[in-house]
Amino acid sequence: MASIAHELAKNQKEISVSEFFEKNKQILGFDSLTRALITSVKETVDNSLDACEDAGMLPELLVKVEKSNNTEYIITVEDNGPGIVKKEVANVFGRLLYGSRFHTRAQRRGQQGIGVSAVVMYGQITTGRAAKVRSKISDEDTAYECELILDTKKNRPDIIREDRIIWDREHGTSIEVSIKGKYIGGKQSIFEYLKGVAIVNPHVKITFIPPEGTPIVFERATDQVPPPTRAIKPHPEGVELGELLSMAKYADTNRITSFLNSEFSRISNRVAKDICDAAGVPLTQNPKRLTLEQAGAILDAIQKVKIMSPETDCLSPIGETLIRKGLKNVLGELKADFYAPPVTREPKVFAGNPFIVEVGIVYGGGITKDDPVQILRFANRVPLMYQQGACAITQAIENVDWRRYGLEQRGGHGIPFGPAIILVHLASTKVPFTSESKEAVANIPEIKEEIELALKACARKLKTHLNKTERKSKTRVKFEIVQGIIPMIAAKSAKIVGKPMPKLAGTITKIMNVVWIDDEAAYEKKKHKVQVKIYNYTPKSQNFHLHMVVPFDKIDPKTLGLQPLEVREGNKVTWDIRRIASTDTFELKFDIVGLSQEEYDNELYVSGIDAASVIGVDVLPGDWDLEHLKITGEIAPEEVEDGEEGDIDYDEGAEVIKDEE
Amino acid sequence: MKNNERHHMAVDKLTDIAQSVYDQLDSGKIPKMMIPLRTKSNIRFDSKSAVWKYGKAMGARSAKKLTGAQMLLRTMYMLEFIEEMIRTSKSSTLREMYYISEGWEKAKFSAQDESNMLAEDLEIITQCMREDFKLRPEEDGARVMGNITLMETDRKGKKKKINCRDDVGDSGYGVPYNVEKDKIEFVDCDADFIIAIETGGMFDRLVENKFDENANAVIVHLKGQPARSTRRFIKRVNEEMKLPVVTFVDGDPWSFRIHASLAYGAIKTAHLSEYLATPTAEYVGITASDILNYDLPTDKLNDRDIQALNAEKTDPRFKDEFWKHEIDLMLEIGKKAEQQALAKYGLDFVTDKYLPEKLTQLGIIK
Ligand SMILES: Nc1ncnc2c1ncn2[C@@H]1O[C@H](COP(=O)(O)OP(=O)(O)OP(=O)(O)O)[C@@H](O)[C@H]1O
Ligand SMILES: [Mg+2]
Repeated sequence: MASIAHELAKNQKEISVSEFFEKNKQILGFDSLTRALITSVKETVDNSLDACEDAGMLPELLVKVEKSNNTEYIITVEDNGPGIVKKEVANVFGRLLYGSRFHTRAQRRGQQGIGVSAVVMYGQITTGRAAKVRSKISDEDTAYECELILDTKKNRPDIIREDRIIWDREHGTSIEVSIKGKYIGGKQSIFEYLKGVAIVNPHVKITFIPPEGTPIVFERATDQVPPPTRAIKPHPEGVELGELLSMAKYADTNRITSFLNSEFSRISNRVAKDICDAAGVPLTQNPKRLTLEQAGAILDAIQKVKIMSPETDCLSPIGETLIRKGLKNVLGELKADFYAPPVTREPKVFAGNPFIVEVGIVYGGGITKDDPVQILRFANRVPLMYQQGACAITQAIENVDWRRYGLEQRGGHGIPFGPAIILVHLASTKVPFTSESKEAVANIPEIKEEIELALKACARKLKTHLNKTERKSKTRVKFEIVQGIIPMIAAKSAKIVGKPMPKLAGTITKIMNVVWIDDEAAYEKKKHKVQVKIYNYTPKSQNFHLHMVVPFDKIDPKTLGLQPLEVREGNKVTWDIRRIASTDTFELKFDIVGLSQEEYDNELYVSGIDAASVIGVDVLPGDWDLEHLKITGEIAPEEVEDGEEGDIDYDEGAEVIKDEE
Repeated sequence: MKNNERHHMAVDKLTDIAQSVYDQLDSGKIPKMMIPLRTKSNIRFDSKSAVWKYGKAMGARSAKKLTGAQMLLRTMYMLEFIEEMIRTSKSSTLREMYYISEGWEKAKFSAQDESNMLAEDLEIITQCMREDFKLRPEEDGARVMGNITLMETDRKGKKKKINCRDDVGDSGYGVPYNVEKDKIEFVDCDADFIIAIETGGMFDRLVENKFDENANAVIVHLKGQPARSTRRFIKRVNEEMKLPVVTFVDGDPWSFRIHASLAYGAIKTAHLSEYLATPTAEYVGITASDILNYDLPTDKLNDRDIQALNAEKTDPRFKDEFWKHEIDLMLEIGKKAEQQALAKYGLDFVTDKYLPEKLTQLGIIK
């Protein structure tokens, strides 16, 4: 028996990680020639952006893809980041699982320490060529340049040539790799990837030089670098038993309370004490000697004791304003009808990791109508290009009943159809991917639920807009009738019967029978010129309240004609609209000064008037809490005349049968 | 009634329409017009005249809706136009009126169908005929071949005596758009019945086979769904010359409707049924039973055919046993056949066998 075991042992040998990955290229995203090229650009660009943001610099990138022969391309990515110190260069680019991100919990594009070294390795395997790296840090006068390959047996870099050279820039890094691949355009392409990067990173400028055709520049839409994010300690919620035990074992304190307090976020001394009390663990317990039972009790206690949610300043959501800016900046040529105000949710936690979901929807205009909606998935500001079907983001989209929000969807499930682009961004200190190629978000219930909530919140805004447009178009039709057609009918009939032109006010108000409110916020010379026109097209005079969400202190008082009745919380402004006579018009105007264009858009409501009698704005939602403003004597909808509603419409309602074919 | 009087009455009635719209506007109402619904659910059998006419159901054309408002506006323009024609003793074709509407801005018609329908609406409301409005169809009427002699007043006012067999070429006598007494008078007739035929090919077959002489028939080519003048012409011959009428058409749902509009009254023009329909007309067209009995070459029913057949099942004009049976049978076999499919058995089969058999069954040939 023993001899067999010895025989078998001879065959056992260490498999180096690099060897392993060499045999399993697909999990790193190199499974096809086209994808290999995209992945290589993606890994290097992600790194450059991480580095620039860590250093608080506005990224400016050059991405160049050249064809060197039939199947080989040279990819160059150059950044203006902080650079890499000489002694780290070789390890960063020539050693798998070497990086600065793996052991920290912070929102970064890079997480694993595999990305760029895998690119170097793939390039060297497929073309036999070394990678060329150049990097300069600001305290040095010259740049360090080297050519290196990865020794896959040892998982160590092999420097072939190194040099110091003059580089006419302050600091930055450039990497050049030869790669076997295939360059294509279309939905999954380098161009689309960079476009995605530009949308969710409006602070980035990228110049892209494709193998053929003219260079493309994605200009930045803002000069704001995302606020710095910092690493955090794990949040207690979601910590697992084994994790807790091993952390406890290596604790550098002898008291369980100070261990909890120092190793986890959001556990103050008091909370630590509460947890131990609830768990029945003595406050003086040495964490190094924590038993399995005690650890389990602590985990249970963590669920019971109220603990603040994780810090949020460790996350850097794009934000509602910049999502909109990014979308407009990059998708501008689509001339979309509507950019739904994006939604950035409050941070939530899964397994001790805070995360934030953001959603934006673009609708109409040049977006194709008959196809499934386009889904733009992002994780920590990185576009996800592959495995759409396996991604929790897609699944969340499929779970929403989009028919309620104005898109088509068979059976209320699946990817909806319609002229829309849906953007979903997941930011987290640790994005749970389904595999190392970082293309699909794993199906974590907490995350999926948040995505669904965010989608619904944004979709509601889309629906409101669609309702408004529909009502506006109905109003337009009525206007056409009363302004275009009725006067002509009147003139002709008067001429035929030889009488003077009849007065039309009665007829017109009966046809319209609404108060029409048309609002506009034009942005001129750094001012929002707000105009609310109220047309009383009802047969009676009208009184009601008009409410707007507008920062009152930003209104130029000289321009405000009618003083508001009330201002709440600085921005909930109510006007009392008094006695607009039948067929009269009233205009409310003012300028808002000192806001950027994206920061303001009209949001208005009415109260004290029957919902069916107003077109153009909605009736005040319940949460405005304006109990005391309730107005008595709402007008009842106009009595219908002599059963007019009951008439069958001669031109539309009835089926006309034709004997002819 | 004299022509002049008819036109004056038309002007009065049209002015009434304008007056009503004016009054509604003047009293602050939403102007509307009530018109009998021209639908199959609103036709009623009138036992006195034995034809189908409009029932009591009315629809509103109201300015509340865009289409209604547009139609009211068009009505006003059309009134003005008609009154102008009557005043200046002009007339126009329906097609000309459609083109004239080009200059009516928002009242412009978007298709000729629309202007034709509106002309019919006005007929229904005023109980006048479009001829009273100085509107005439541009479509030409039928061709007639058979031993019938009539007197036609030509455009110069000269009366011409024409025998529809001996004084015409092989294409027959062409029925003018006006077939009223001031234009045509029947003089003499030596025939036993009128056979109204759907297709030109079959008309020519019967003429070539001298069916008019051999069977003593007047052959009329309907040219598909027959024009008003054709239906009026047949009705007059039927009533004044006492000739029975049979229709010989294809075996499909659309041809059933040709027979229905000729015999029972068309849904679109049910206000004129009494004047246009020949209630005694019999059907000798291809039936589903013929398809089976004669084993005729067929085509499959398409979706629109099936839809049309199903619609006919709820059409009151097709409520009798004969039609119920034939429509159900056609749906069941899923096939239709053209009248020319009879040529399967030779060119003479239709005149030697098919028609004589059918006409004998009906007692028209003894
Ligand atoms: N352009 C760059 N400028 C500065 N530092 C860089 C640059 N590229 C890489 N680095 C450093 O090299 C490390 C290794 O990069 P690598 O892409 O291999 O792993 P990662 O980005 O940490 O994780 P992932 O495998 O998820 O990409 C990074 O963590 C970063 O510290
Ligand atoms: Mg990386």
